[in-house]
Amino acid sequence: MKPAYLPQKQGLYDPQFEHDSCGVGFVCNIKGKKTHDIVKQGLEVLRRLSHRGATGADPKTGDGAGLLIQFPHEFFASICKDGKINLPEAGYYASGLVFLPQDSAERKFCKEVVQKIIVSEKQLFLGWRSVPVNSQGIGKSARDAQPEIEQIFIGRNKNINDVLIFERKLYLIRKQIENLIQASKIKQKRTFYIPSLSSRTFIYKGLLMADQVDNFFTDLNSQEIKSALALVHSRYSTNTFPTWDLSQPFRFIAHNGEINTLRGNINWMSARESFLSSELFGSDLKKIFPVIVPGGSDSAAIDNVFELLTLSGRSLAHAISMLIPSAWEQNNLLAQNVKAFHKYHTCLIEPWDGPAAIAFTDGQSIGAVLDRNGLRPCRYIVTKSDFVVMASEVGVLDIDPEDILYSGRLEPGKTFFIDTKVGRIIEDSQIKKELAMDQPYEQWVKENMLELGSLPDIVLKKDKVDTLPQLKAFGYTREDLKTIIKPMVESAQEPVGSMGNDTPHAVLSAKPQLLFSYFKQLFAQVTNPPVDPIREELVMSLASYLGPEKNILSDGPDHCHKLIVSRPILTDVEVEKIRKIKKNGFKTKTISLLFKVNRKVDFTRELNKIFRETEAAIKKGYTFIVLSDRGVNKNYASIPSLLAVSGLHHYLLRRSLRTQISIVLESAEPREVNHFALLFGYGADCVNPYLIFSSIELMIKDKELNLDIQKAKDNYIKAIDKGILKVLSKMGISTLQSYRGAQIFEAVGLNQELIDNYFSGTVSRINGASLDIISQETIIRHSQAFPKRALETNYLSTGGVYQWKRDGEFHLWNPESIAALQDAVRNNDLKKYQEFANLINDQSKNPTTLRSLLKFKTQKSIPLDEVEPAEEIIKRFATGAMSFGSISRATHETIAIAMNRLKGKSNTGEGGEDPARFMLRPNGDSARSAIKQVASGRFGVTTNYLVNADELQIKIAQGAKPGEGGQLPGHKVSAMIAKIRYTTPGVTLISPPPHHDIYSIEDLAQLIFDLKNVNPEARISVKLVSEIGVGTIAAGVAKGHADMILISGQDGGTGASPLSSIKYAGLPWELGLSETHQTLVLNDLRSRVRLQTDGQMRTGRDVAIAALLGAEEFGFCTAVLIVLGCVMLRHCNLNNCSVGIATQDEILEKRFGGQAEFIINYFTFVVNELRQIMSSLGIKKVEDMVGRADLLELNNQILPWKAKDVDFSKILYKPQVPKSVITHYCHKQDHGIDKILDLKLITLALSALTENKKVEINQEIKNVNRSTGAMLSGEVCKRFGEIGLLEDMIRCNFKGIAGQSFGAFLAPGITFVLEGLANDYVGKGISGGKIIIYPDKNVSYKTEENIIIGNTSFYGAINGQAYIRGVAGERFCIRNSGLSAVVEGVGDHGCEYMTGGRVVILGATGRNFAAGMSGGIAYCLDEQGDFKKKCNMDMVALEKLDSVDMGIIKNLLTNHCEYTQSVKAKEILDNFHKYVNIFIKVMPLEYKRILEEKKIIKKADLGEYTDG
Amino acid sequence: MGDAKGFLKFKRQPQAHRAVCERIKDFKEVNFLQSDSCVKEQTSRCMDCGTPFCHSGCPVGNYIPEWNDLVFHDQWEKAFSLLRGTNNLPEITGRICPALCEHACVLGINDDPVTIRENELGIIEHAFKNGLIKPRIPKKRTGKKIAVVGSGPAGLACADQLNYAGHRVVVFERDDAIGGILRYGIPEFKLEKKILDRRIKLFEKEGIKFDTGVNVGVDYKVKKLKEEFDAVCIACGSRFPRDLNIEGRALSGINFAMDYLIQSNKRLKGEIIAFDKLLDARDKQVVIIGGGDTGADCVGVAHRQGACRVVQIEIMPKPATCRTKEYPWPKYPLLLKSSTSHDEGGERDWSVLTKKFIGLDGKVKKLSCVKVEFKKNAQGCPAMQEVEGSEFEIEADLVILALGFMHPEKKGIIEELSLSLDLKGNVKTDNNFMTFKKGIFACGDMRRGQSLIVWAISEGRQSAYYIDKYLMGSSSLPVL
Repeated sequence: MKPAYLPQKQGLYDPQFEHDSCGVGFVCNIKGKKTHDIVKQGLEVLRRLSHRGATGADPKTGDGAGLLIQFPHEFFASICKDGKINLPEAGYYASGLVFLPQDSAERKFCKEVVQKIIVSEKQLFLGWRSVPVNSQGIGKSARDAQPEIEQIFIGRNKNINDVLIFERKLYLIRKQIENLIQASKIKQKRTFYIPSLSSRTFIYKGLLMADQVDNFFTDLNSQEIKSALALVHSRYSTNTFPTWDLSQPFRFIAHNGEINTLRGNINWMSARESFLSSELFGSDLKKIFPVIVPGGSDSAAIDNVFELLTLSGRSLAHAISMLIPSAWEQNNLLAQNVKAFHKYHTCLIEPWDGPAAIAFTDGQSIGAVLDRNGLRPCRYIVTKSDFVVMASEVGVLDIDPEDILYSGRLEPGKTFFIDTKVGRIIEDSQIKKELAMDQPYEQWVKENMLELGSLPDIVLKKDKVDTLPQLKAFGYTREDLKTIIKPMVESAQEPVGSMGNDTPHAVLSAKPQLLFSYFKQLFAQVTNPPVDPIREELVMSLASYLGPEKNILSDGPDHCHKLIVSRPILTDVEVEKIRKIKKNGFKTKTISLLFKVNRKVDFTRELNKIFRETEAAIKKGYTFIVLSDRGVNKNYASIPSLLAVSGLHHYLLRRSLRTQISIVLESAEPREVNHFALLFGYGADCVNPYLIFSSIELMIKDKELNLDIQKAKDNYIKAIDKGILKVLSKMGISTLQSYRGAQIFEAVGLNQELIDNYFSGTVSRINGASLDIISQETIIRHSQAFPKRALETNYLSTGGVYQWKRDGEFHLWNPESIAALQDAVRNNDLKKYQEFANLINDQSKNPTTLRSLLKFKTQKSIPLDEVEPAEEIIKRFATGAMSFGSISRATHETIAIAMNRLKGKSNTGEGGEDPARFMLRPNGDSARSAIKQVASGRFGVTTNYLVNADELQIKIAQGAKPGEGGQLPGHKVSAMIAKIRYTTPGVTLISPPPHHDIYSIEDLAQLIFDLKNVNPEARISVKLVSEIGVGTIAAGVAKGHADMILISGQDGGTGASPLSSIKYAGLPWELGLSETHQTLVLNDLRSRVRLQTDGQMRTGRDVAIAALLGAEEFGFCTAVLIVLGCVMLRHCNLNNCSVGIATQDEILEKRFGGQAEFIINYFTFVVNELRQIMSSLGIKKVEDMVGRADLLELNNQILPWKAKDVDFSKILYKPQVPKSVITHYCHKQDHGIDKILDLKLITLALSALTENKKVEINQEIKNVNRSTGAMLSGEVCKRFGEIGLLEDMIRCNFKGIAGQSFGAFLAPGITFVLEGLANDYVGKGISGGKIIIYPDKNVSYKTEENIIIGNTSFYGAINGQAYIRGVAGERFCIRNSGLSAVVEGVGDHGCEYMTGGRVVILGATGRNFAAGMSGGIAYCLDEQGDFKKKCNMDMVALEKLDSVDMGIIKNLLTNHCEYTQSVKAKEILDNFHKYVNIFIKVMPLEYKRILEEKKIIKKADLGEYTDG
Repeated sequence: MGDAKGFLKFKRQPQAHRAVCERIKDFKEVNFLQSDSCVKEQTSRCMDCGTPFCHSGCPVGNYIPEWNDLVFHDQWEKAFSLLRGTNNLPEITGRICPALCEHACVLGINDDPVTIRENELGIIEHAFKNGLIKPRIPKKRTGKKIAVVGSGPAGLACADQLNYAGHRVVVFERDDAIGGILRYGIPEFKLEKKILDRRIKLFEKEGIKFDTGVNVGVDYKVKKLKEEFDAVCIACGSRFPRDLNIEGRALSGINFAMDYLIQSNKRLKGEIIAFDKLLDARDKQVVIIGGGDTGADCVGVAHRQGACRVVQIEIMPKPATCRTKEYPWPKYPLLLKSSTSHDEGGERDWSVLTKKFIGLDGKVKKLSCVKVEFKKNAQGCPAMQEVEGSEFEIEADLVILALGFMHPEKKGIIEELSLSLDLKGNVKTDNNFMTFKKGIFACGDMRRGQSLIVWAISEGRQSAYYIDKYLMGSSSLPVL
């Protein structure tokens, strides 16, 4: 029998990184009328959301589904009629399902525990009922793990006279049962689970597919089961392990999304436990600890806290706005008292941050909330008959259009709330208003909160310490000053660099490393989106609230007794202000981090001293401590600041004291963005980098900087602030408060003891350096700064991390290796190649990569000619995604030609491809890239581009800068680049950090589906970057039907990226690949997908190791550029490549000297080296190598001193699986495109496709019809290329509710008319088609006030027309390149990142309109007069219409009127003179400048505009 | 990097030379010093590469991109500090280094490389002119004494480093003045001796003692030195010349290049040479055998002395004028090098084998030569073959053999200590530059064999590091 829970942590697989995401919905009768119909409708919603859930290796086992209804007393009464159980009246008893162990003895034990606790809590045990289930229909793995399901009945003690008191008792009972059973020794304790225990609600759920629920729980078919509301959830989990308990809904909520800050939230919550008190619970409160049940999912955790908050007396709405507040900080539309409400609660608890659509209920009220960013869809319909259906999609219930009262969507940060008792819907603004009036929050905030800036100014004494020796003492290098600090001071931006990281891991480096360097940033991919901190700044916040926390279960003015620090990097004056603070009972103590070096150094002792001093200070009533490393000299060195901060944070967490003190760090050590991010991520409240400030002064004195001192320091702080926001946003976190202590890092090369003591909860997978080694590194650095015999030098050491230097850090790409490789491929010189390969493969002197520490086990060899031929193997090789734009045209084409000759694959990269390259050249060569990338910017992603591909690659992340977007500055956008990216030359192109159609795993599955539809022959791949948990994500991606998954290493190159990302974000592929392979094998998903890996792949040995760790295919990038002449100038970001590779400068491009032959020579060398290795290992085919980690072992001989204890056993782990589990690719995915609507459309449109005859098709449509039009469009482009068909050749009239991606990639000549509603992603990537949508003719509501299409419509639109009669959701026309659209209202972030096209909006817009909009024009009808407040003015100006604009608008509105019968458009056209003045023209500044330049050139008759 | 587009804006501007008709009349330096503004402009061509091949190609590891950047930003003093950090004699390498760095310059792949040597010179001369160079006198002395034997670039670099580390250093030189080959081997028109004197004075101020006229190993035994000093470093160069033992070699008028150059330098200093020892080219037909740098120096000297004809011949074929496959970038290529001396006149020929010297009255009169070609033999090694019927003669009154050096002179120290030698006859040391006699170190050409000045400096610096480590247990001296 399979275990009924997630597998144990094994190898690199760790269950704590499981993700899930889902479909969520509810139906409700507003007036609280209970019917069986509501239950049935709930189940119907569930069924129609089933495509949002997923299935694993076993097609009938779902990831979980369930529903929550009001307590069905009538039903229970009827089934208890037999008298076995004596039920009291409704409300006087509770019930719930109980999942019990399959083993009968253990089951008995559990039942006894349950009964015992019920009795000990003085409630009445009424009896057990065996719940009838029908396991016939469910999958085998679900059935194998199926618990015994019984139902418990508990009677209410007579003395309890209130339902809520009874509910609290039930909560106590359940928590105690859970704790007791988890503490017991029974084997199947993870099977034991109580879905709910309440007198108000009842939950049916299990490891089921959405459509299995009522079949499984036969109770649900009983007419007696009645409810006024039904909350349903269908789960999409990344794993396929049978976990019955993680199905949703939970007791109060159902969650679709992901809590990014979970680790921190859990830690902070546990730190708060000792300060919790509640009159309602009294001394019983302790019984519920821990509040958050360990081992649950993020959704389970938030349910745990929500439950506590509501049961201790807060209303549902109150509790949810504490946990998921809206982005109130920069919202100038909010009322003062509402802002105060939020500000007050910020002092109580940090936001649970991440994408979320949460539905919640207590059985009487039901509501839903959306995260501050609005990253999950949530649509609702209210009918005239008091019925509400809300779900992730519209169309999940058939509703008569005539009956619709209102069609709406949940907006970012807002709550939708129905109180069935009073029988009405309460609006968000009303809820917030009421909450804000509960207490005098405004007064409390005003009287108690102190701004740091308001404290009296302090004049600092002049610091007499010499800066240079201090810089040396803290290991500063010339490079730190020149490459890191100077650019930040000059430009207030983080420094940018290019190419990848080829230096040793900290634990392998021969140079003493700062502790910071052992940590790598984690980032969001697939299961949650990163945020754009620049364009979506309004959701971000860096504010900190310092001061002791109070009991979060009560309210009072004391709770907001806080010091507000608006930005966490403190100046010297600010830290002094905190040190001297005397107000409000605040008191500060400084604790030194110094230790004496001239005796035996014991960091444990030194740290304990600091911890105990802090503890004593807390007891004495100090509220802030300043950890300071000032005063380092010959005799004193400092404990690494990160070690001290994190160690102290964890020490205090364990003692539940952490919330009583704020930790301020005054340190010379942090200098880079990542250092600060680490300090905050591990608990620091604020940081004062004093040495940076004095070195800025020094640089100004030395005239190295020509800036005012104040301005210079301010710039530095700004740069760090921006950098931190970027690091936060990479993980999809919006506020520093939630990020603090969230530990979103992975350690590489630190041993477990060190982690457990000072960084507990952090992942460190290869073991490594101990505390002792860290202390030795500190001592070495100190002794280098203060050598026994000091030589008089007036400069710092070299550094050499970002540039190769002789006395700097080692680089694998160094003059020797670069020269050897170039020499080898130019002269086809095998000996030289071997010289090169040896320089890379033998790193015994300078261990750099993890793989360098491995060696092959000795095996019986086979003759070389038995190994499969080189030509076969080369087909597994691909080159990396480098866009034309980042590299020159000649380079891009040379690579493509070489790969086509080799029958390998080259990659377009982001940014399209010139269609001319799809044709063969006269000599038979082809410059067509086999892999077409689809990245977040969607530049040049036309239907024609997609159909001309063998592989479509969805780039989720990039090794050099995972979680970040990109920007191609206007000056690099030449005429040619603009042409293939469908934009205007000279206009800046911004790629957003996330794909705006992938906020979660089911969204990715949708995009895969879209692409597969457009080009069914192409395989779909998904590019991920290695980090902890990538295996789990990959499992989800495999379940989303990707054909290939690419795991990129962190060290891959880039054309431009912040230096901190190049160096610190992501992990090496050895870890990611191996984890992915292991996880897929454990899930039995490995046979469904191919795995590819890349990231500084250089030699045959690299390839061999990648194959043994699980890869079937191999990507090369930097090495190919070197082969073509790149000498690692690392100037790609400057458009200045002197060898003509990474440049668009015509003069420099001519200097390119690479040839396709060089690449062919190179890959031939590599593959032959690989074949040699294969022959020595006795392996004939690459396929037989895949995942044979058992052929590798750690080469203990070459471990450098710090790495003596590294342990690769997790990397080399082979999961034990049954023989039936195939551990390499062998089965094609079932994409489910064999029964879609488009097949029918294609058949019906055949005469248009073959005979050029117009066709008109009429068709019903439902929400399960997804990506409608994509396959038809692919068909058009395959036959007619980019030009497609003449306008309106194929006209499809749909009626009903369209599923996601309606009209995606619609090709020229196709017109889609929809009468009804549509979901998300309408017209995604539309490439010339026409989409017309209007509501059902029978609806009676005002179209311009009701939502008609979902979020992210026309994302990446290339061309075409759209007429939407109604309101669109968030992110309308985002990244539009050339679509002309009319719509009657839009949500937040409209026209974001738009680069071209014309958009007319006839109604209200949401916030942050036109953010990052660099081209195109939007015309907004500003009837409310508040448009300016909602528009992001960073890149655009607001103008009045001129005659050309009026022409455009009239033209579009005339069409709109004709196509949709829009009343609004008619009204405007009829009275155009009246409306002219309230139209606002939103004009991007850069775009305007360029259009004007164009005009001038045209006038001067100088011919076509070209980019110089 | 000063200006990202600098290399596209400005062309390489090497140092200008004095007009031939002018300079041929005297021995003053041929090159003009560049102005600070010109140097600054040229530094903007540096791309501050992510992988600076120049820095890799430079034997002392000059921080080339860094000081280029600093000069561009008018940070001359900082540039100088960094330059001093890796190079003890930048004003000398700035004049006569063959600039391996420039051959490795990334810009040189498809454009003219950065004028690195000139920029180096610009920085150090700026530093001298603006008083940035102050004697760097160690605050604390270690109490250790070290003898450095030989005052060429290796010995000087070694001495400077050891003094910097706080040791007491005495440099012994058998000649009457300090500088070794720099003093007497390099003609004045390439390196004026006042430049050298300026440096020596600075070294003296910093505490290095110089003891000239002491031929260690001959008139002052090393054994004695060892007793007086805690360590000894020998850096006596590789001065045993390659000879051409063919018929007629005994004729008078056939001289080694070094003898010729040394005498010329001494004469310029004012030394009177006895007539029978005088080597003068006035009105003579001079033939220089050997196509290298020393040969070129002899060409220049011979012209200045008033030779009526100067012919330089070389046995190897004429090198290519641009890189060949054998010398891919960034290697230091074997290329046709024309020094300023070649611009001043004379003839050059390659693939010429001298078969015999023909004389009259014991004096050389003619060279009998033949053209040769090199073809790969069965082993794939190029083998020399005479070209049939290509014999010819060259008239000569003065023949100078500039055929390079074989190994250090054995007489003296090597014999006294019976030091082990490697196959080429150079002094053998362990990896720490110590000979097989404890406490006795060797560096420079003496250890490495005949090479470039910048390699000598590198050797001197490395040996200093190991000597310091040997004496003190550890060393903070920079070695790149």
